[in-house]
Amino acid sequence: MIELRGIGKTYQMGSTELVALADINLKIARNEYVALVGPSGSGKSTMMNVLGCLDLPTTGTYTLDGEAVAGLSEDQLARVRNRKIGFIFQSYYLMPRTTLADNVAQPLIYRGLAPNVRRERANEALARVGLESRTLHKPNELSGGQRQRVAIARALVGRPDVLLADEPTGNLDSKTAREIMGVFGDLHREGMTIIIVTHDMAVAGHCQRVVRLHDGRIVEDREQAVLA
Amino acid sequence: MSNAAPIDDVNRLQAVFYAVQECVRSALGSIRSHRMRSFLTMLGVIIGVASVICIVSLLQGLTRSVMDEFQGFGGNALQIHSHTSREDWLIGKWNRLRPADLELVKHRIAGISNVTPMSGLNLPGGVRYGSNTSGAQVFATTNWFQLVNQSYPRKGRFITDSDNNTRRRIVVLGDKARVDLKLPEDPLGTFIQVGGEWFKIVGVMEPRGEMFGQSMDNYVVIPFETGRALAGPEREPDMQILLSVDNLDAVDDVTSRLTALLRRAHKIGPKDPDDFQVTTSQSITETIARVSGTITLVISAVVGISLLVGGVGIMNIMLVSVTERTREIGIAKALGAPRSFILMQFLIEAMVLAVIGGIIGIGLGWLLGVLAAKMIPHFPPPTVPWWAVVGATGFSALVGMLFGILPARRAANLAPIDALRHE
Repeated sequence: MIELRGIGKTYQMGSTELVALADINLKIARNEYVALVGPSGSGKSTMMNVLGCLDLPTTGTYTLDGEAVAGLSEDQLARVRNRKIGFIFQSYYLMPRTTLADNVAQPLIYRGLAPNVRRERANEALARVGLESRTLHKPNELSGGQRQRVAIARALVGRPDVLLADEPTGNLDSKTAREIMGVFGDLHREGMTIIIVTHDMAVAGHCQRVVRLHDGRIVEDREQAVLA
Repeated sequence: MSNAAPIDDVNRLQAVFYAVQECVRSALGSIRSHRMRSFLTMLGVIIGVASVICIVSLLQGLTRSVMDEFQGFGGNALQIHSHTSREDWLIGKWNRLRPADLELVKHRIAGISNVTPMSGLNLPGGVRYGSNTSGAQVFATTNWFQLVNQSYPRKGRFITDSDNNTRRRIVVLGDKARVDLKLPEDPLGTFIQVGGEWFKIVGVMEPRGEMFGQSMDNYVVIPFETGRALAGPEREPDMQILLSVDNLDAVDDVTSRLTALLRRAHKIGPKDPDDFQVTTSQSITETIARVSGTITLVISAVVGISLLVGGVGIMNIMLVSVTERTREIGIAKALGAPRSFILMQFLIEAMVLAVIGGIIGIGLGWLLGVLAAKMIPHFPPPTVPWWAVVGATGFSALVGMLFGILPARRAANLAPIDALRHE
């Protein structure tokens, strides 16, 4: 479903060229559960941005669900993000002033859905992460783990093809982190394609497949038995 | 895969509506969460709109009271008075209407009634009662004057035909003249001096109040023929002819027939201008409306410039707001908000700010107008016309949109990854 071919990304930093990604070739099929690991500076954030259509690669082709992403305009990329990708960020990135239901429903606004449809789907998504009783609370009334569940609900609400999580447990204690990984595990069993970017090997241990990056190149790509 | 993205079939127009709805909602939320700042931002617009509305309401109130006054004359009243063009004036010609014109109008024009002459007299000695003098204007007219002018005696009677025919020395007072002469409430039968001659008071007119701060009751009326006699045979006074048109629809027709008649009588060549003017109360109100409209427009435009200052205030705060909410914008973009949505969101926020300011300004301006009218003696109550409300709101929205463009573009042009990384 995801196919990267010869992806390269270079940044111009003043007079020097910074190579963030070089000749990445990667295929991810439906319902895979992948960890992208590597030390900081290895290019995993850039990889995440490219995979998430937040940034375009300098070279190479990226096909997502049969659609070539590289040549798309900004608004077309926004449409791809909105319909095919669910994002989960390390610091949740919820809107502080709005209720959980509104936070979760936000991606649906950009689809032009009616408020009642948005509310219905947001409530469904919140129920899926076990927060159905708190739909009208504000994010600051929740714990970190709960906030990340809200973010997962928001990622799920648009029924995306793939979940992209960037250090989803980075701000959480280990117990809460295990709970969140449990949620990802459940989603994977239900058929979701999940890519988690992390430097935490404990997190990577939950995944089926580990792709290790170093200096902008894939240095390891292995399958592993999934931890329970 | 069970949860593959479904095609959400949405009507484009509906989608735009929901988007606008969402933007307004988020704008109100953002204004509510920064109450003080939002208020200060609006202040420029509030003050601008309030000044415009205050001035417009006062001017319109004044205009309306004047119009009401003229409409009291009756829409079917016509007035003919002499007119001296500049060219005539320069060669020393002084046009006037004569009693012969009156007779012509009376007998040659159908569909009119209450034809009455009226001349203002400038008599030496003015109006006196004992040692009290009055600056009252002296009118000489006939019985029909009260019908054309729609004003009637409060006490006693008006001039009659027999008063006129026999040139009786009687006078009817306007209420202000009575007060100035220190005459009692009921002065009937008292003699006063008009132009050095003794006149008996037979009536006092209903008070009509003031217009432009000037009393409309500072006059005395004597019979027309008496007035001519007083002025003397060698000084035939100029006069006006007042009349009522029987059928309101025939006003224009009567006007053109009168014009033709008098042009023929005055032997005016086909290329020469009229030496008289026919005015209707309608033409007077139209003139007043036009003049007041122009004044209103000019003043509104001048004061409206202050709204631009308000717009700059809005732009300034919106720019700050965009910087503050860079992360928020980044999240929205990551979640799939197109450029146009972010643009619209900030434009609408600027417009909502400006429009709320505009609405507060309308209320405040009206209040100021009422207070100002109360403080100026004899000033009519202000009116806020609907077009001023619509105009002020619309213009505020326009200002908001105009000055929202720059911040909104800045927000919309942020790259999603940069915006997300923003601290």
